[in-house]
Amino acid sequence: MSGHILKSTLLAVFGKAETRAPVKAPPRWRLRGHAAIVLPAIIIALILLCAIAPGWLAPYGPSDMDDNAILAAPSWHHLLGTDQFGGDVATAIIYGARQSILVAFGAIALGATFGTVIGMISGYGGGRVDAVSMRLIDVWMSVPPMLLALIVAAALGGGFSSTVIAIASMIVPRFARVIRARVIGIKILPFITAARAMGASRVWILWRHVLPHTGSVILVLATVGVAEAIIIGASLSFIGLGVNPDQPDWGYLLSEGRNYLTDAWWYATFPGLAITLLVVSVNLLGDALRSRTESRQGQK
Amino acid sequence: MAFLLRRLGSAIFVVFGATTLVFFVLNILPGDPAVLVAGDGASPATIANIQAALGTNRPLGVQYEDYLWRLAHGDLGASFATNEPVLSRIWAQFPATLELTFTSCVIAILLGVTLGVAAAMHEDRWLDRVIQTIVLFLTSMPSFWIGILLILVFSVWLHWLPAMGSGRPDQLILPSACLGLNVSGVLERMVRGSVLDVLHEPFVATLRGKGLRELPILLRHVLRNALIPVITLFGVLVGQLLSGVVVIETLFARQGLGRLIVDALSVRDIPVLQGVVLFVSVFYVFLNLLIDLSYAWIDRRVRN
Repeated sequence: MSGHILKSTLLAVFGKAETRAPVKAPPRWRLRGHAAIVLPAIIIALILLCAIAPGWLAPYGPSDMDDNAILAAPSWHHLLGTDQFGGDVATAIIYGARQSILVAFGAIALGATFGTVIGMISGYGGGRVDAVSMRLIDVWMSVPPMLLALIVAAALGGGFSSTVIAIASMIVPRFARVIRARVIGIKILPFITAARAMGASRVWILWRHVLPHTGSVILVLATVGVAEAIIIGASLSFIGLGVNPDQPDWGYLLSEGRNYLTDAWWYATFPGLAITLLVVSVNLLGDALRSRTESRQGQK
Repeated sequence: MAFLLRRLGSAIFVVFGATTLVFFVLNILPGDPAVLVAGDGASPATIANIQAALGTNRPLGVQYEDYLWRLAHGDLGASFATNEPVLSRIWAQFPATLELTFTSCVIAILLGVTLGVAAAMHEDRWLDRVIQTIVLFLTSMPSFWIGILLILVFSVWLHWLPAMGSGRPDQLILPSACLGLNVSGVLERMVRGSVLDVLHEPFVATLRGKGLRELPILLRHVLRNALIPVITLFGVLVGQLLSGVVVIETLFARQGLGRLIVDALSVRDIPVLQGVVLFVSVFYVFLNLLIDLSYAWIDRRVRN
């Protein structure tokens, strides 16, 4: 501390005008900053592990039922209690991770791809292409997101792929808008003009020169999107439109547990807690990513 | 005036687009409504009959024309399940949803603005951090899980409030608290950012230099400027509320449009589904138009 004061005093007295700029204070929240990335990363890694290899972590098998413990409260045998068939809630949550994660990630991958392509074509093409596609995006966004996902899921008849497409359909327009704005900022930069002067084709320029520069934006949008996709996926299951009940995801567990609120508080509480933990972690990671990319862009 | 006409024109275009979008999503996507209505394992003859009854065996262009024509006359069709006109079912359910949306909106605004201003005034101090943590959780919890926790605490354990039904004021408290809490987080972030932006402007330093106390500066000068951009968020907020309504009405077994949608889904009642989504979207578009216009009225810089 005294070193800093000494340094800044010395600089103030002897330094040149430019170097007299405020000495950078030691980052007060350095530990916090790291914890804000490490902790959510650990939670997400754990949940991913559940999704990849539920058998390793689950205390019971996915269809094991304990007839002596129907709707039993949390105990050493069943850490998070049991359901109406005597199934272990913790096991159900661990096995449900895969469905919840696959739906969210699938929807983001699909929505981000289409949204990015539309945004790039619209932003780079400009003119009439841009005007038409942006009006279409306006229309697309005029249906409240959950309702859009709902009618798409209903039209496709429910199930895994229909849920993924439904959630992707509400992700696409947001990506398209943000990517378009970014591309408009990029396409006036000299290196794009240089590439054009060298005779590069549009597709080549978009793929090799524009797309890499939208990477950080895509990453930030995708983390925000994953958080929302998890919640919407759970909501769709909750109202009975989601993935197959044979492979219950967290939203489905919640909707089942909701029928036993008076007898078994744990049944609906813990699947919801799992969703919340995952979404909080994703959001924290997203915030950290955003502040990094923003500060990096600020330095340019 | 020109601004008003332009915005109105684009709103009408968007409404027209939304009707087209909803029609095509429900009619073009693989999945024939007649098959959906007939259910699994129905014979081809049954399906053909239903197609004829629904008019879905006609070319899509003709169906679309017919749909627009009836829509222009204020006819949303009749429910497959009860044969009632869709519009009258919507009007019967709309007040309950409006009531819920309105009260949750009030809760969200009160909570969001208070927390946002408090956080901004204590930027980077402990209160700010506590509020930011609370908000992180509020925005990350699925609304229906907040609802379940509220039911567990206030209905199952404390027996203070009813968990189900609609119509009485006490039945409105939990669902609107749940939606309001869920949405207030987004609002808080926006308010905090906006208030901070204004607090860092030179005129605030001038006011402080003049010897004004913090409270009058905040109330008379900062909030006035800071809350203007927040108005634009109002549209997003209502969009979120209308999305949340679907799940919350089901959870609390309330009447309303969301419940109508979920019921229509379970019996595959396409006209009802189409009608409600369209109705909500039109409501949403015109609300956004109203917000844009009021924003332009409050802040004249926007008009050009």
